[in-house]
Amino acid sequence: MGRIQLKQITKSFGNVEVIPPLDLTIEEGEFTVFVGPSGCGKSTLLRLIAGLEDTTSGVIEIDGADATSLAPAKRGLAMVFQSYALYPHMTVRKNIAFPMKMAGMDQAEQDKRIASAAAALNLTDYLDRRPGQLSGGQRQRVAIGRAIVREPSAFLFDEPLSNLDAALRVGMRMEISELHKKLETTMIYVTHDQVEAMTMADKIVVLQAGRIEQVGSPMELYRTPRNRFVAGFIGSPKMNFIEGEEAAKQNAHCIGIRPEHIDVASEGASWSGVVGVSEHLGSDTFFHVHDTGLADTITVRADGEVGITSGDRIYLEPRADMIHRFDDAGLSL
Amino acid sequence: MARAVTTKRKSINTALAWAVGLLIFFPILWTVLTSFKTEAQAIADPPIFLGFDWTFENYSTVMERSNYMRFLWNSVIIAGGSTILGVIIAVPAAWSMAFVPSKRTKDILMWMLSTKMLPAVGVLYPIYLLFIRLGWLDSRVGLVIVLMLINLPIIVWMLYTYFKEIPGEILEAARMDGASLKEEILYVLTPMAVPGIASTLLLNVILAWNEAFWTLNLTAAKAAPLTAFIASYSSPEGLFYAKLSAASTMAIAPILILGWFSQKQLVRGLTFGAVK
Repeated sequence: MGRIQLKQITKSFGNVEVIPPLDLTIEEGEFTVFVGPSGCGKSTLLRLIAGLEDTTSGVIEIDGADATSLAPAKRGLAMVFQSYALYPHMTVRKNIAFPMKMAGMDQAEQDKRIASAAAALNLTDYLDRRPGQLSGGQRQRVAIGRAIVREPSAFLFDEPLSNLDAALRVGMRMEISELHKKLETTMIYVTHDQVEAMTMADKIVVLQAGRIEQVGSPMELYRTPRNRFVAGFIGSPKMNFIEGEEAAKQNAHCIGIRPEHIDVASEGASWSGVVGVSEHLGSDTFFHVHDTGLADTITVRADGEVGITSGDRIYLEPRADMIHRFDDAGLSL
Repeated sequence: MARAVTTKRKSINTALAWAVGLLIFFPILWTVLTSFKTEAQAIADPPIFLGFDWTFENYSTVMERSNYMRFLWNSVIIAGGSTILGVIIAVPAAWSMAFVPSKRTKDILMWMLSTKMLPAVGVLYPIYLLFIRLGWLDSRVGLVIVLMLINLPIIVWMLYTYFKEIPGEILEAARMDGASLKEEILYVLTPMAVPGIASTLLLNVILAWNEAFWTLNLTAAKAAPLTAFIASYSSPEGLFYAKLSAASTMAIAPILILGWFSQKQLVRGLTFGAVK
């Protein structure tokens, strides 16, 4: 259970069309990530699926049945919100029990599910506390617990980690991924963070201005981006884009090369420039190279121990088979 | 950086706060004290602060001369009734403005508040005529409705600001969790808004209790509340400060006690929203 199909759905707020006609299928058990810059419509799309917003036109099918005009609770989906949206006046136990109480489930079954969710999420010791007495990570786990006990056909996550600090975010990312492995339930996850998308997703949906730019597995998007937007959005640091003469040599309007696909070479290599800022991460070093005559800045990934500093002249050799070519409309050639 | 507060500065602040507090409280204290004086002592020059013969005579005279309980009962009905009616109308109004706002919501709120900027006397004539037509003069029903209308903008505003502070996502979560609108209001919104609703109720009771313009102009005998009771002692037959004070004390005592016991709620209600 948990196959979700969007057929030609659109959404407008007044005269502003935020989602132009869009088709998308999310397969059963899949971990799908909607990713895109802020304002791209990814949260709106999730809210349409949840039923918290009405579609302007089109059909939403859940497990083959038309759910377009069903109330949120009747869709069998559970949602985890960015702000956690816990009930502040209820204890953790009551928060988790709330959807079961609304469903009129018997007390014994409720207790059983609460106990198992609490055990899975390390919340057993906190069941009688209120959300205000918990840390951000614990609150997020309560929100997940409240979603789990409903045994939904799909989970919807709306930027659930963006209120957590960096270290906790990495931990929770793992927990959610593990939860998906264990439950094998469909999950739709919205984020603006491409690292989250790359690390968690089975399938990434890249959105821009309400349109789907590309759908594919993380590595598909990384290796064969369909256009310049996806190429630039997926991968960190960003892909370098070069226009002009250098691109013309490759019969393209623009070429793109990822920082990790440029090698630091010796004199006589294809490109050269002067090192500006260098970021030392320990394992890697990122150089921002200027005066290459190609683009304002070319970012290059080098070994952590490489002995080059700001102001040095550097010679670069792009890996020819890793160059992406784009036409003047930004589409991959 | 936190500013260091020295002990000296602290005691000065404390003294200042007490001084301001006493200054504000003094008229009430003076009224209470005067109510225990004889009429001669009440108008003595120089005024006597504490060194007078305490007497309950004024209270017994006031009780003999007028039916305090009837005024009190009228006040309770008018203040309580207008508050309950107001909240019944204001909760759904504030709810929809806070959670399903339209383009005009802000304008409507401003327009509602603007009715409070008009001096009450400006609409006395039409309302008086309306009351004659409806047969509501000197009736509690009429006063309940008028005071409800007078205070409605404030109730709606207070509840609106309160509801606005409740994150919409929590209500959406409740909807996702399968709560119907009724359950959403019952189990989620109301428990979260109880402090706000309580302070709104309380403030409105106080405003209605002390409202003098309409209660004096639209009542004669039957529906007259405590404001009319006080006014009846500042009569043309001469000034009876001690009896007037006794009547005032009796009029404000119930609301003062109510306010005293619920001051925590009230302060929260009056200051919330000042800082996010």
